[in-house]
Amino acid sequence: MSQALLTAKPQYPWKLTPKDLLTDLAGAVFALISTLAIVGFSPLKGKLGFALTLIVMSILTATVISWVRRDRKAAINSSTTVLVYIAASFVIIALASVLYEIIRLGAPGFSLSIFTKDMSQTASDMPLTEGGLLHAVIGTGYLVLFAALFATPIGILTALYIVEVKGRFAGTVRFFVQAMSGVPSIVAGLFIFAFWMIQLGNAYSGLAGCFALTVLMIPTVARTAEEVLKLIPQDLREAGLALGATQWRTVAMVVIPAARSGLITAVILGIARVVGETAPLLLTIGGADAINLNPTSGNMSAFPYYVWKNLLIGSENAVSRAWLGVFVLMILVLIFFALARYFGAAKGSRK
Amino acid sequence: MPKTIPAPRKITTQPRFTDKVFRGVVTSGGLFAGLLLGLIGFFLVFNGFEAMRAAGLSFITGFDWVDAVPEDGQPASYGIGAMLYGTMVTGILAMIMGVPVAVGTALFLSYYAPEWIKKPMVVVVDVMAAIPSIVFGLWGYFVLMPHAEYWAKLIHKYFGFIPFFDMPAPVFTRSPFIAGLVLAIMIIPIVTAVSREVFAQTPLERIQAAYALGATKWTMIKAVVFPYGRGGVIGGAMLGLGRALGETVAVYTVLNLVYDIRIEVLLSAGGNVASMIVNKFGEADPVELQALMGAGFVLFLVTLGVNFLANFIINKTARE
Amino acid sequence: MSNENPTESKGNREEEMSQVTPKQASGSKTTSSPGATRSLSEVAAARTTNLGKAPQPGSGLEARGIHAWFGKNHVLEDISMEFATGTVTALIGPSGCGKSTFIRTLNRMHEFIPTAALAGQVLLDGKDVYEPGVDVTKIRLQVGMVFQKPNPFPSMTIRENVLSGLKLSQIKISNPDELLESCLRRAGLWNEVKDRLDEYGGSLSGGQQQRLCIARSLAVNPQVLLMDEPCSALDPGSTLRIEETIRELSDSMSIVIVTHNMQQAARVSDYTGFLLSDGGPGRLIESSTTVEIFTNPKEKRTEDYVSGRFG
Repeated sequence: MSQALLTAKPQYPWKLTPKDLLTDLAGAVFALISTLAIVGFSPLKGKLGFALTLIVMSILTATVISWVRRDRKAAINSSTTVLVYIAASFVIIALASVLYEIIRLGAPGFSLSIFTKDMSQTASDMPLTEGGLLHAVIGTGYLVLFAALFATPIGILTALYIVEVKGRFAGTVRFFVQAMSGVPSIVAGLFIFAFWMIQLGNAYSGLAGCFALTVLMIPTVARTAEEVLKLIPQDLREAGLALGATQWRTVAMVVIPAARSGLITAVILGIARVVGETAPLLLTIGGADAINLNPTSGNMSAFPYYVWKNLLIGSENAVSRAWLGVFVLMILVLIFFALARYFGAAKGSRK
Repeated sequence: MPKTIPAPRKITTQPRFTDKVFRGVVTSGGLFAGLLLGLIGFFLVFNGFEAMRAAGLSFITGFDWVDAVPEDGQPASYGIGAMLYGTMVTGILAMIMGVPVAVGTALFLSYYAPEWIKKPMVVVVDVMAAIPSIVFGLWGYFVLMPHAEYWAKLIHKYFGFIPFFDMPAPVFTRSPFIAGLVLAIMIIPIVTAVSREVFAQTPLERIQAAYALGATKWTMIKAVVFPYGRGGVIGGAMLGLGRALGETVAVYTVLNLVYDIRIEVLLSAGGNVASMIVNKFGEADPVELQALMGAGFVLFLVTLGVNFLANFIINKTARE
Repeated sequence: MSNENPTESKGNREEEMSQVTPKQASGSKTTSSPGATRSLSEVAAARTTNLGKAPQPGSGLEARGIHAWFGKNHVLEDISMEFATGTVTALIGPSGCGKSTFIRTLNRMHEFIPTAALAGQVLLDGKDVYEPGVDVTKIRLQVGMVFQKPNPFPSMTIRENVLSGLKLSQIKISNPDELLESCLRRAGLWNEVKDRLDEYGGSLSGGQQQRLCIARSLAVNPQVLLMDEPCSALDPGSTLRIEETIRELSDSMSIVIVTHNMQQAARVSDYTGFLLSDGGPGRLIESSTTVEIFTNPKEKRTEDYVSGRFG
């Protein structure tokens, strides 16, 4: 008995054996070589011909191997497995292509001097060493800052209303907010244009853009905050109330601190959602080539607007500027993305 | 002697003043967010009503978007029928191409992926969801379109006998097919996320019961995961459709707007309400602006309807 | 060659049970018998002969030196048991002693837990089910399982549920209706559901659902049926009904049942294994005929447990 105890080592007999792996590898190599052969000797050509042949050959190879080794059931299982892997690799290829092209086409124009100059003295067609996107940096900074300032309290109050106060309309509000997250961004822009410009007679300004972004940000903040608040155990609230605290103090001293990193995540996710929004800005901020330090009046620019404008101009240098703008915008988005994950993970690890 | 059953007492709580204030503030915040949706609809109708009333039903069904030319005595004629149709076409194409890939990816993440690849793959999908639409617009136009044009030519060459793939004129760029392709990539993250969520809720005991009966992974998925997650996948696909219907800038760059209804999806002629709004907005006079508001309102209603339905289906599935 | 203890069949057997065989009595009915002193393998050999098959050493299911881990946590240590065809074996022991883990190693359900590891062998008809290259789905077809909570597939009707194993394994048969009826009869459910075969499985009561799950397992004709506390979620009436079902089934297959209920173990099983964990990995303290375990246990701890002194 004790001998068995000493000799017994954890084993994983269900893991693939080297032989299984070799078979799979041989199958993959065969699929690849046969694909190359078929593409070489048939009229199929180009990346598409290669990709399609590879897909067909991988499915065929996997199916045949499983059928020979096992039976029809295993063969169907293998072919669906290959299909699922192909679906996942499509997603990876698409993302890799997007990121690769952004870097390939956007990075060459990148230098620190673009953060010190605007486009007021420079035409879009000029080489990228001239001009910069400081005006867009400032514009996006204002837009995101004020949108976050407006949307955060409303979003979190909405979540508190649904989860903590559980008012009479909690279900309705929840449903409406959920539906609002699907409102097209162009509609948010039109709404602000109708309300702020047409009804109230204001002109294009950074503030109008903020309002449009706020409309888009509220549902993201509210829904994420709602999820976070729901994760706070009910015991915590009851413990607070049982100590004789008012609901207000329980929420402020117990619930919100416990949910803090999650609520931060909610705000960051909201920012990441709106920082690249283009359509509503086209209807609200007017666009500018010069720095505008006043968010409440005068035309304003922003990264997405800058990209859009140069894309429409369409000359070689302008398009390079558009890619440069997208490059900087993507870095910004990824920073917010990483921050959101960081705070989201902190929430998870504390539990 | 008959037993007397006491009437239940009413329990009333008199909240403290601070709680009254707290509840008041929170309630007003929550109601404001809820009302916002109504405000959006109201202001769009309010500003677009005149145009919609003037056009009547032909606002929805008409194919023309013609400004008034007072010199010739020609009245304005605004109808978004072709654009609505085009929006539907690109949305449906996006679903056809995007949903299978998204569901496959969700299955991959839930049941196939080895542990070491799962986490990076989740990040890949999340990053894709975070990419702004303008990026897809640029990428779609400069990177994807040259490839997609070639694919479209092949499809036309071999499947041209199908009316959808017929070509009256050999212009393959900026077609509904290419717009649908870009939208498909854009909706994959949300469809994947929703599908993965419902797949993850599939009761473990049912999965084990299927395996204990000798199921393979695929037969288990067919017998247990799909029946359980069907509602969620449909709901997720509809959420994706809602996104696709309202997408603006990514479609604008890769779709040629033509005020006509065509079934040939490879042809460089399509429609999209959101893109049209951006397209016409710059030079619109006040009358045309009203028509654009009306178009925005119709788009708002359509996406809202799709989203309501999607959320309804998802919530219903989640409750079961 | 004849069994030395041919106790006659108990209860009413269903007509379709063609092979009525002498059967080891359940502990509650017999006192100590010569059969009880025989080793497991001798009894198994004798019984296979009785079934009219050639004596096959190691036929049925056998666990040899099973160890199991979850991550670094050693949960089972060196468990060896034999489950011969035609017998019912009960596994008893306090919560957390590894009973469920053990039976899940027998049909390779153990490996679904990501951190799981294993040592030892499980032999089905003398072949190791963990051998590389073994088709695990075939193993699970031969070693069926009934779970703690009834889990009929809710998207399927009663008929579809019973036949789901065939669909899952893509087996086609010519006479599904016959199979449907015989499985439901063997599970003791036919009379209750014969008029509502196209209703959904969820419309049945808990006990009926569990018998539906048993019928579902029977449809793929397993050699062994593993039952992981099949009655723990059921009322006493349903429990009795399922125990009857177990007795009726035990002639044609080998049944392994995990239970917390010692009366149940005594009522339905021929052999009993007692597992215990003293904070460390679960060990097989004693394994013998049910009669022996309940009347004359060799180990003090077994005696304490079956007499209700702990657990």
